[in-house]
Amino acid sequence: MNARFLPYVLIAPVTLFLCLFFLYPFVLVAKQAFSTGAGFTMDNFRDVVSYWKFPISMKNTLLLAAAVVPVQLALALLMATMVNKMKRGRDLVLYVWTIPLGISDLAAGIIWLAIFEQSGFLNSMMHGLGLIDRPVNFLSYQHPGVVFLAIALAEIWRATAIMLVILVAGIGLIPKEYYEAAEVFGASPWKRFTRITLPLLRPSLQTALVLRVILAFEVFAVVAALGGTLFPVLMGETYAYQFDLLNGGAAAAMALIILAISIGFTLIILRLLRVPKGATI
Amino acid sequence: MAVIEIKNVAKRFGNYQALSDINLTIEDQEFMVLLGASGCGKSTLLRIIAGLETASEGEVWIGGKRIDHLPPKDRGIAMVFQNYAVFPHLTVFENIGFGLRMQKLPNDEVTRRVTRVAELMHIDALLKRYSGELSGGQRQRVAVARALAMEPDVILMDEPLSNLDALLRMEMRAELKGVLAESNTTAIYVTHDQVEAMSMADRISVMHQGKIVQAASPIEVYRNPAAEFVAGFIGNPPMNFLTATPAGTGQWQVAGLALDGPQSGAETLNFAIRPEDLRLSEMGMQAKVKIVEPLGAHLLVTCEVDGTLFRAVLDSDLAVKRGDTLTLTPQPDRIRWFDPVSTRAVA
Repeated sequence: MNARFLPYVLIAPVTLFLCLFFLYPFVLVAKQAFSTGAGFTMDNFRDVVSYWKFPISMKNTLLLAAAVVPVQLALALLMATMVNKMKRGRDLVLYVWTIPLGISDLAAGIIWLAIFEQSGFLNSMMHGLGLIDRPVNFLSYQHPGVVFLAIALAEIWRATAIMLVILVAGIGLIPKEYYEAAEVFGASPWKRFTRITLPLLRPSLQTALVLRVILAFEVFAVVAALGGTLFPVLMGETYAYQFDLLNGGAAAAMALIILAISIGFTLIILRLLRVPKGATI
Repeated sequence: MAVIEIKNVAKRFGNYQALSDINLTIEDQEFMVLLGASGCGKSTLLRIIAGLETASEGEVWIGGKRIDHLPPKDRGIAMVFQNYAVFPHLTVFENIGFGLRMQKLPNDEVTRRVTRVAELMHIDALLKRYSGELSGGQRQRVAVARALAMEPDVILMDEPLSNLDALLRMEMRAELKGVLAESNTTAIYVTHDQVEAMSMADRISVMHQGKIVQAASPIEVYRNPAAEFVAGFIGNPPMNFLTATPAGTGQWQVAGLALDGPQSGAETLNFAIRPEDLRLSEMGMQAKVKIVEPLGAHLLVTCEVDGTLFRAVLDSDLAVKRGDTLTLTPQPDRIRWFDPVSTRAVA
């Protein structure tokens, strides 16, 4: 085989697969979003955006992402730094910390539902401690703050590890000599973190943040399990359009809006965490 | 004034004794080289002085102040690392100024100092570049400049030239020596390269198996090695050894040659002579030539004397070939004697 063509031949199956099962459906969805049966139109977008639940679900999705992602980033950085300092048992700790990754997001939502629901663990515990006389329905419209908190907690519990594994790998790649040099030249542990670890971790931070932010805009099952209709999010609305209202065009439009937001944030993250021109990290 | 005193320092890693009994005083502005094969503990000793490693026992004093409990930044030191450790995400300017920024010096002071050392190290044209855009030699210069910019009492260097190619190493050797002499700092320099050690050092500490075997000036270490290890380690090719048996008071028999030697009651001594201190003569040791290597300036002849490999450096005009028998005489004042049991030199 001609060595010039070999690489292309080798990547051809994957490319073909993605074109067939990703690009083609994507084109179909886009077509559906921009038509109502009679040629090109923006009607689907006008409809979904003007619906009263749209601003609420948009606000909720953004709020949730804004609350969850920074906490996860901080936690993942802290955990990655700690794991990196461990001499023994590092793998075991990593495995335990990444267990939530092995659970589907709906299952994760149900686990936290078991904690917060009226007959859940939290109620029995508080009752046992004598803090409450009768069970409280935390996940009701009377406690929107608790609903938000429960969803945020479940998301943090579920998906911090995905950032963690990326950051652990990234931190492990930073040569020890940089830290020693920084220490000798007077950088405190905090300064070594902010002046050495963070900048050298930029490529990993980019990947971790992009992945996590995209996932945050696709949040669905955890919210459905814990918040139900109390906490509408963009993906939940898309589901409702498709399966409850049987409005495929509107669902496709919602999906494209989520995609646009995801792309927008991805570009922002890539821009903010870009490596200066010429620097090799 | 930065005299460095190392008192009874020892270091263990688990059961492994990396350093023991290290006692060394390095004078103010002295250029001290720690020389030894890999694994001899020289880098560990340097890292203990730097504060990157803690000693299991002993004390380190710099400028009359005990510093072994202080963090690196409070020891008045700067360091040049083997792999340079030039930060890849910072420009050359910010790399050199890193320590100064950590000290929160005002901007104009940082600029003044960075510019000065950059000119000194001939990298003032590269200040805006990143480490990835530099050659190995330029990175090396940045690492040295970063250390000099701190205006430290002591500069520690851990095999700083070992990653450079031979020609560049020779160039940097001379330049580094000049720059450090100008800067009035005390320098400790770790290397396994004896040429580097000989050419740069005011004093060399030869280390072996976690101990300092000899600490003396390069010429002293070369001429009067304190132990067989030093004699066999320093010099290229190293010293020749032969077993000597007593032949009367102060007389020793070496490969059929009677030589004046120390008055010692030992049953045997090891006779040692440098290859370049051998002369062809009528009377002497019979040496059967095994290999002849013409090196231009001279001829390196490996022969067999008394069943032992023996090297001689001879005039390059000599017509010597494999299988010849030479008669070699050692220059009397260059002969050294070692006790085979203690391996120490015997006078």
